[in-house]
Amino acid sequence: MGNNELLLDLRNLQTYFFTDDGVVKAVDGMSFQIRKGEVLGLVGESGCGKSVASLSIIRLVDKPGKVVGGEIIFKGEDLLKKSEEEMRKIRGAEIGMIFQEPMTSLNPVYTIGNQIMEAILVHQDIGEEEAQKRSIELLKLVGIPEPERRFNQYPHELSGGMRQRAMIAMAMSSNPDLLISDEATTALDVTIQAQILELMKDLQKRTGMAVLFITHDLSLVAEMADIVAVAYTGKIVEYSDVRSVFKNPKHPYTFGLLRSVPSLVNEQRKVDLPAIEGMVPSPYHMPNGCHFHPRCPFATDVCRREMPELEEKLPSHYARCFHPVEVSKEVV
Amino acid sequence: MKKLVEVQNLTKYFPVLGGVFSRPIGWVKAVDDVSFHIYEGETFALVGESGSGKTTCGKTVIRLIEPTKGKIIFEGKEITKLSQSEMRPLRRSMQIIFQDPYGSLNPRLPVGEIIREPLLVHNIGTKKEQEDRVVDVMKLVGLSPEYLHRYPHEFSGGQRQRIGIARAIVLNPKFIVADEPVSALDASIQAQVLNLLLDLQKKLALTYLLVAHNLAVVRHVSDRIAVTYLGKVIEVAETTELFSVPLHPYTQALLSAIPVPDPDVKRERILLQGDIPSPINPPSGCRFRTRCRFAKDICKEKEPPLIDVDGEHYVACHFVKKGKKTEYTVS
Repeated sequence: MGNNELLLDLRNLQTYFFTDDGVVKAVDGMSFQIRKGEVLGLVGESGCGKSVASLSIIRLVDKPGKVVGGEIIFKGEDLLKKSEEEMRKIRGAEIGMIFQEPMTSLNPVYTIGNQIMEAILVHQDIGEEEAQKRSIELLKLVGIPEPERRFNQYPHELSGGMRQRAMIAMAMSSNPDLLISDEATTALDVTIQAQILELMKDLQKRTGMAVLFITHDLSLVAEMADIVAVAYTGKIVEYSDVRSVFKNPKHPYTFGLLRSVPSLVNEQRKVDLPAIEGMVPSPYHMPNGCHFHPRCPFATDVCRREMPELEEKLPSHYARCFHPVEVSKEVV
Repeated sequence: MKKLVEVQNLTKYFPVLGGVFSRPIGWVKAVDDVSFHIYEGETFALVGESGSGKTTCGKTVIRLIEPTKGKIIFEGKEITKLSQSEMRPLRRSMQIIFQDPYGSLNPRLPVGEIIREPLLVHNIGTKKEQEDRVVDVMKLVGLSPEYLHRYPHEFSGGQRQRIGIARAIVLNPKFIVADEPVSALDASIQAQVLNLLLDLQKKLALTYLLVAHNLAVVRHVSDRIAVTYLGKVIEVAETTELFSVPLHPYTQALLSAIPVPDPDVKRERILLQGDIPSPINPPSGCRFRTRCRFAKDICKEKEPPLIDVDGEHYVACHFVKKGKKTEYTVS
């Protein structure tokens, strides 16, 4: 995949929220790397910090949240040291973003064309006529039929799938090096989701951009990602290439999640699924030691006492666990 | 097998109001001439994408929404024309679980009262008996009776869904409509709630009508599946049959679009063109024809009826014939 040049190096990111009820460590020491042209799947359930991590990268964390530690090295420079002015130039130009609900990210009072043109005019030194031409090309590129007509339409006149395509067109407008996709297909129907995923794969291949693909859906990660980072309570608990994570999960949380998803091929239907017991702990009452220990079938005393480090358990396969899973998924 | 529920030509149109006098200027054809039956003790699933009418259909079956046309038969008795007071004793036998565990519980009532409410409404038992029943049901759904006096906001999504399920089973119903019961829950919690639904079905001999869009979930818990598209049922079959021999072109595309949690599986995907058309103005003839790669002239002119092509495998496509013979060709 791509060359080996490091594009984004997230080092020990800490983003906390200072609420009236206490400090929520939404992102608590997250590290991962994305190389040029690579797709990193960041996967986890609600409250794992995946979205806050992406907002931290583009420096859009709002009060009461604050990045309190770590480094975000993008193309060799720390984004946390950039001025607001410099960040504005990076956002939308070098880092593109698409979010879950396109309706809330698009301005309802401007036409689709207007909004894509604006993105182009802000970041590129070209005239309006040229920008309009380029906008229509972009709409065509993302598979919107009749792009000249759609150009003059408002967001509410488009379906969910079309709006997400328009968002992608906007994000692609200045050929970003990194595209952050945060649950971009979650609100879409499965046949429309398939269309958007194909589109993203195609664009990624053609432009060689890197993608930070954030989702709660393991299946989508299996399909899209080269590298997978599994997040739980603000930390990465497992980190490796996609095949190794799915075939040889080392962390009991990843292992449990993979086993609990109903399968499309399993012969055994209508039987108990091997569910993970309990639930994600409240951010105000994090357990001591490993945050997963209250739900973990393998937990021992050391897990209740100490937080394990993210360690290499197999070549280039990291897990944050004292008792990494030994058997492969198929055996159990 | 005995049919618990039978639905014949069920139709529900919602008016689109407009103009100065708010008169109907059009109709949303949410459910349009749909027929199916549900056997006692089975889980029958309605699957489809947004706008397919699956939720409206589920709610209409238990008359939470009044049908525009058609017949609903419950335990051999037609219930379509019954008045609200005649319906009331029957409502004990039919309950519903909602998708949103946040929006479907009264935030001002403690959990014990929420679960007890159906007993009060139907005037069943003394106060003591009702309270005992609430405790029993809480245990049954895996909620500690210690939580009796807590309020919904103190619970997680998964626990709230358990409260919703407890409320649905407190009257000991025969039939439960489960409307997207796990789609709002996190992955690790979904399995817990699915296990609970399966467990209750066994213990209480429940019949489920499951309304859902997640096909992996549907496959795991359902006995038979009806695929819906734009207000129509386009294919019905036993679960393993549907997944191994999908016959309707839409079902084939829908199944091929399901993402699989395995990086080694590279699926041959049938990508559909365009979006689902509006249910206000559905296409003539076969409603799927605008996105179907096999569509021919006849599909525009004539609506294909839902026919039994082979032992309770029903398909509505001009090019699928008796004996599961398929005659479609790419146009």
